[in-house]
Amino acid sequence: MTSLPPTPPPRRLGLVIDLDTCVGCQACVVSCKQWNTGGHPAPLSDVEPYGREPSGAWLNRVHGYEVAPAGGGCGQTVYFPKSCLHCENAACVTVCPTGASYKRAADGIVLVDEAKCIGCGLCAWACPYGARELDPVEGVMKKCTLCIDRIYNETLPEEEREPACVASCPARARHFGDLADPASPAARLVAARGGFDLMPELGYRPTNKYLPPRPRRQGDEDPPRALPDVAGPGGLWGWVDRLLGG
Amino acid sequence: MHPAPSLVLFTVLSGAGYGWLALLGLAAATGRASELTAWDAGGAAAALLLVTAGLLASTAHLGHPERAWRALSQWRSSWLSREAVAAAVTYLPALGLLAAWALGDGPVRVLGVATAACALATVLCTAMIYAALRPIARWHSPWVPATFLALAVATGAPLAWLVAALAGDPGTAAPGVAGLAALLAWTVKLLAWQAADGAQAVADAGTATGLGHLGRVRLVEPPHSMDNYLTREMGFRVARKHRLTLRRLAVLLGGGAPLLLALLALTALRGAPTPGLAAAAAAAAILGALLERWLFFAEARHTVTLYYGAEVA
Repeated sequence: MTSLPPTPPPRRLGLVIDLDTCVGCQACVVSCKQWNTGGHPAPLSDVEPYGREPSGAWLNRVHGYEVAPAGGGCGQTVYFPKSCLHCENAACVTVCPTGASYKRAADGIVLVDEAKCIGCGLCAWACPYGARELDPVEGVMKKCTLCIDRIYNETLPEEEREPACVASCPARARHFGDLADPASPAARLVAARGGFDLMPELGYRPTNKYLPPRPRRQGDEDPPRALPDVAGPGGLWGWVDRLLGG
Repeated sequence: MHPAPSLVLFTVLSGAGYGWLALLGLAAATGRASELTAWDAGGAAAALLLVTAGLLASTAHLGHPERAWRALSQWRSSWLSREAVAAAVTYLPALGLLAAWALGDGPVRVLGVATAACALATVLCTAMIYAALRPIARWHSPWVPATFLALAVATGAPLAWLVAALAGDPGTAAPGVAGLAALLAWTVKLLAWQAADGAQAVADAGTATGLGHLGRVRLVEPPHSMDNYLTREMGFRVARKHRLTLRRLAVLLGGGAPLLLALLALTALRGAPTPGLAAAAAAAAILGALLERWLFFAEARHTVTLYYGAEVA
């Protein structure tokens, strides 16, 4: 059934992504692809992966942005990982005509039942964040599963029961947890760092939260000074300057 | 948004078929079963064929057309599912009208009204699929269902006129309705374009990334080197110069030509049966609607483009 759960799920599992520490290394992108091409949504197909125009379905992508302050001064580069935000008000679920797209009542994870998906693409249109990609070979919609086949996988050691992207992040920029529980480390991180929603004005109420880049240290706002000219009247450098015909 | 030919064809052809069915249904509802002619029945059958062709075209953009029947199940939440249900239900009263003609008896008043209501409801559901999408500011508007309904009638009316003219009907009703429908539909469309052009953007690159408070956000490193599904499906852009030319052409073909031809039939020819004029009006109306529908997709901007360099959407 593509109606949303009648009551908010008791647990809201999701990610907290730290834009301050992400270095844009793409490890989460690769580990996501690696796990999921053999996991729950397998295969995660590519077309011409080694050819002239490689393309394919990926569930996690990292964009690189430059942010330039309005008043001038130093800009900054921010790496921005993006995967499904497992929204509370998930329009990708309600628009689905076949019941393939659903939100789990127990933990709020949004999934696709690939056996029911007709590949119409409407859920991808309904997602403002671009979290869903049609598999070019399978003809069905693929999306982040929050690695349900890892987080509930009792055959894995307990410390590995977290999404592949979280496990692989060398900068610890990705955190996994229950955002409905204010005492969970993930929720406390959101509270402490001012975690925010993407495009809150659309009303999708994403579960995943982003932590803003930390304020810059004192003095970082000033652009670096211009290098001084080496030309001088005397001294060793003045002599070198004259020697070189300056 | 990428203007997929299957969707452009589907919405225009099935729209014309449903508009035609609605007019036929209303016309049948005003008479008795014994008054239905073979031409009426032929028209209804042709309209159903047009609708069916459109529905089949729509399955061409599916990854798994063989599972399309599943789309009948989620009518509680999904406009696409409601459209599928409404499309399936419309066949019942429409085929009922054909049966009433064949038998020379039947509740044509009920069947006619039901056919018209179901046909228009299907078009409404189609339009609501688009109008319900909040990430696309140009579509999230009541002008979308208004345009889809008006254009469905305006493309169906010249087809009804064509059949009336072939049947030798000397009346002025058929060309009159076609002219009026063209005038109304394209007035609605011009207002809809005005509304969409002035539509407030739903979000910008600052709110999409949450970095807007720090300054202007600019994409410097895209997440992939080649196009992907998202950029192909939602990153389509049409040059402003071209879209204005195409809009003018759509208005002239879809609105101007059928209106002039209908006026010609009504005044100079005083309602004499003119299948040639009617056929020309039908062809122009459908070509105009195809252009309009192509632009409907091509001009729409999705918020996902904000992550790929667009500043507002």
